[in-house]
Order: sequence, then C-alpha cells, then structure tokens
Amino acid sequence: MVETRSYLKRRLGRNTWIAVLCILAALHVLPWVFPSILHMMIMIFLFSLMGQGWNVLGGYAGQFSFGHSLFYGLGAYVSSLLFVRLGLTPWIGIFFACGAGILLGLFIGFLSFRYGLKGPFFALIMLAFAEIFHMTATGWSAVGGALGVLIPLKGNAPGLMQFLKKEPFYFITLWLMVGSIYLVWRLEGTRLGLYFLATREDHDAAEALGVNTFRAQMTAMAISAGMTAIGGTVYAQYLLYIDPDSTFGVVNSVEIMLRPIIGGPGTILGPLLGSVVLTPLSEITRLAFQSYSGVYLMIYGMILVAVIMFLPDGLIGLARRVVSRFHKEDV
Amino acid sequence: MAITPFLELQSVSKSFRGLKATSQVTFRLMENEILGLIGPNGAGKTTLFHLMTGFLRPDEGTIRFQGEDIVGLAPHRICRKGITRTFQIVKPFSHLSTLENVAVGCYNRTSHVEEVEEKAWEIMRFVGLEKKALQPASSLTTPDRKRLELARALGTKPKLLLLDEVMAGLNPTEQGEIVELVHNIRKSGTAILIIEHHMRVIMGVSDRIVVLHHGVCIADGEPQKVCEDPGVIEAYLGKGAYACLGSTK
Repeated sequence: MVETRSYLKRRLGRNTWIAVLCILAALHVLPWVFPSILHMMIMIFLFSLMGQGWNVLGGYAGQFSFGHSLFYGLGAYVSSLLFVRLGLTPWIGIFFACGAGILLGLFIGFLSFRYGLKGPFFALIMLAFAEIFHMTATGWSAVGGALGVLIPLKGNAPGLMQFLKKEPFYFITLWLMVGSIYLVWRLEGTRLGLYFLATREDHDAAEALGVNTFRAQMTAMAISAGMTAIGGTVYAQYLLYIDPDSTFGVVNSVEIMLRPIIGGPGTILGPLLGSVVLTPLSEITRLAFQSYSGVYLMIYGMILVAVIMFLPDGLIGLARRVVSRFHKEDV
Repeated sequence: MAITPFLELQSVSKSFRGLKATSQVTFRLMENEILGLIGPNGAGKTTLFHLMTGFLRPDEGTIRFQGEDIVGLAPHRICRKGITRTFQIVKPFSHLSTLENVAVGCYNRTSHVEEVEEKAWEIMRFVGLEKKALQPASSLTTPDRKRLELARALGTKPKLLLLDEVMAGLNPTEQGEIVELVHNIRKSGTAILIIEHHMRVIMGVSDRIVVLHHGVCIADGEPQKVCEDPGVIEAYLGKGAYACLGSTK
C-alpha cells in the first residue's frame, strides 16, 4: 500500500509529543522564573482562547464575525451577575455563561445562516448585536448600567475563583487555552472539521457533496460563542470589575479577531501566535502613548491593513512559505 | 407499467422573471442508463441540473427519484438520497488538498475517518489523481480539476451521477480518458446523466439522448435518430437548415 500514514486524522509523532510536553512543562515553571511578565502571559492566554473561539467560526467555517465582544461581554456579565446577585460561584457560573453564549450564538446564527447571510453582511449583524447589548448594558440599571458591575473581593477564595495572587489565573488561562487548542486540533481530523472547511471554501460545492452547510455553520457558531464566553467569565474574575465599554465595546471585537488574523486564520496555532505577537505590542504601545489614548487602535488598524495586504495567511502562512522554499532548495 | 423509472421528470418548468428557462420538460431515466442531455447554449440544461439537485425549485412539475418526490429537498438531502452533480464551472475547495476534497464527498456515507481515507485513495487511483493527493487543489491543472470534480462526486457513492460538461476545455486524449472513466463508473452500477457539447463524445457515450431547445424538450431517443431529427438540426443550424441539407444530399 502506498499510504502508510493517515493524512486526514490528526496525529502527532513521538518527537512532537515530547516537544509539546517540554513546552508545557516550561510554561508551568515560568511564573517562578519571570514573575514580572505574569500579567502579560495571562493576557496572551486569555486572548488566545477567545481568538481560538473566533477562529473556529471565522477561520475554519469562514464566517467573519466583527462582534465577538458580544460573547465575551455576555460571558463576563452572566457569571458576574449570577455571583453578585445570587452568590453563585463563578465555577458554576462559567457553565451558564458558556450556555448563554451558545444560545445567543445559535439565535444569531439561525437569523443569518437560514437566509444565507455571509461575508460583510454577517460581520455587520454581529457588530449590530454587540452594539445592542452594549447599549442595553449601558442603559439598564438592573445590570449595573454605565457604571458596570463591581465583583466584591472575598479574599483568597479558590471556591469563588478569586485569588490574591496572579499565579492561579495564569494556570487557569493556560489550561483553558491548551484545552481550546486541543479541541480544535481534534476537530480538524473529523468529518465536522472538514465540513467547516468545505463550507468556507465553496458553499454550493459543499451542499452538492452532501454537506449540511447550515448545520455546519450553526455548530461552528456554537463552539465559537461558547469558547469566547468562557474567556469573558475568567476575564471578569481576573479584573473583578466589568463595565459595558470594556466588555461589549467594539475595541474588544477588534482585539479578539486581530489575533487569529495575524497569526493565521484557520490554523490551530494561529490565535496563539497572533496573541504572542500582538499582546506585548498592545501593552507597549499603550504605555508609550499613554497621554494619547486610542493611538494603539490606529496602530492596530495599520497592522491589520498590512497583514491583509501582505500576509493573507498570517504568520503561519509566512512560516510555511519560508519552510517550503528551503525544502525546495534542499532538493 | 412494470418498470418504474429511476428518475422521472414530469412537466418541469422554471422561469426567471418571465424568461422560461425550462418549460414542461418531461423525460425518464432508467436504471444503469447513460442519458445524454444536449442543446444549444442557453437551452436550459444547467438549469435542469439545478432543479434536479435542489439548488433551484421548479415553479411546477414533479421530479421523482426511485419513485420518491424530491422537489423541495435541500441539495445535501438529495445528495444523501443518491443524486450527485458536478459543476460546469469547477468548484474545487482550493485551500484543501486533493485528498481532503475527495474526503468531503466520502464523508457523505460514513463518518469513520479511516474508512473515508481508504475510500478517498481508492477513488483517486481510479481517476488518476493519487500522485497529486497532497497538493492543494488550487495547484491542479484544468484537466485534473475536472477529474477532481468527478472524484468528489464519486466519493458520495451516487446512484445517479449528473455530469455537467466534464469534458469542456479538454483535449481529445484527455476526453478519451474521461469517457473511459464514465464507462467504468456505469459498469459499477451507477446511472449517469451527462451534459456535453462535444457531439462526437456524447454520441459515443450515451445510450439515449434528450435534446433541449429554449427550455423545451424537442427530441428524445437513440443518438443516431436524434442526430437526424429535423427539429434538432434546425435548433442547431437555424430554420430551413434541414431542407438545405436535404437538397444537398
């Protein structure tokens, strides 16, 4: 037989497994070696998790969302309000947040995909919904209004996902991110994963080959929304304060989508790579242009234009091209 | 009536803003038959494919497949039932490899990854794409893209295969290869409905031919008979052409 190895199913060779385990081990030691960069690492992991959420829908299923702050904000608000009003621990609240995100995602997905909305129209629908929630959260005093929700600090309470130190959040976000990467990696090797890609590449051809494109898009939407909402909950617990602008704001949609786009949309490691590059950059520019608030957004805009013009497949695509060039020279 | 037809179209009509693309089209296709569908440009052949596979809904008429009405079903449902089409303008999943392209089709019958991979390789060998299995589909040449279109469709294990000009843009050698494939597909028990402009090819490959002109079915019969039909000759060459040909004979 010609084919001794399987190309459709995702498997790692032994050496790759060892490398992955080494990196994971190193990441577990990191907080004690470089305690000063903990905050940045948490941000990298968190936005990589939410970027992965965006990536499932935007990168794999090909539906560009311009309003993922909607799920992020929803996740943050649901768990925080459940905690503040009912005293429900965020460990359980995170499931409600995830569920709320999935339900809302399916609702929007139904409205859009049922009627074949895609491309810029879908992006605008997402933007519109994010703004609706933004306005509602601002105007509705029962959910804190413009002042937002302050989560009371109960000291070091692991049962309430509250810690006085940053290390626990580092591990929570690290493992959530690793989980999201693992999930997407496994997904790639299944029928559903391939159906996402087929739907993205050519809607009609996919239908003609027996792909229920509506169902594929709805599933992608659910996974995407759930993942992003989980990120929102953790973020709220980390900052202990949420307000409409910092959750549902358009800025967050840009932050979430920019990472997979820069790293490589539709790739497993794209969101992480994009996050590793962009998060430090955003922190530095924010510090450097402290007195000119909003300058970092202009820089984001320029990066986005440059990436879309010169690196349509992101950094991963660039890396692949370089590698294949070297391969050719070898031969 | 002893034999129920495999596929039966009964007075199928479809208009686009008053323009009748197909009008009262009626024909049948028997099990394991190769039926050719020809007609001048704009005759409504591709529209008919769209109607049969659920991409368009007919204004009136019924389409029965194995005795079951399939009007109104979504394209993927019709594919599940066993009718798979190819597209005149090939639609490869460009960023996916040839293997993955074929696998999308194979997943129609099973969700088991190993089975799909095995089946996909088998089909790629059948159409002669196995050496390009790991290339992205965007790197394939035109003839290979046509093969890929065919391979993906075969992956879905169709009972009836609708081929929309799979030979357009190919040279005679390549056409010969595809014709051979078509014969082999039929041997494996699949009925085929084929749209083609190359007369030589379609006359050779079809058991029976249906001719469409301005959306109307104007002839239905053996290739040789259809060729000599006055209505068909006039549809292709213009009014009075049959008389002219007759006078030169």
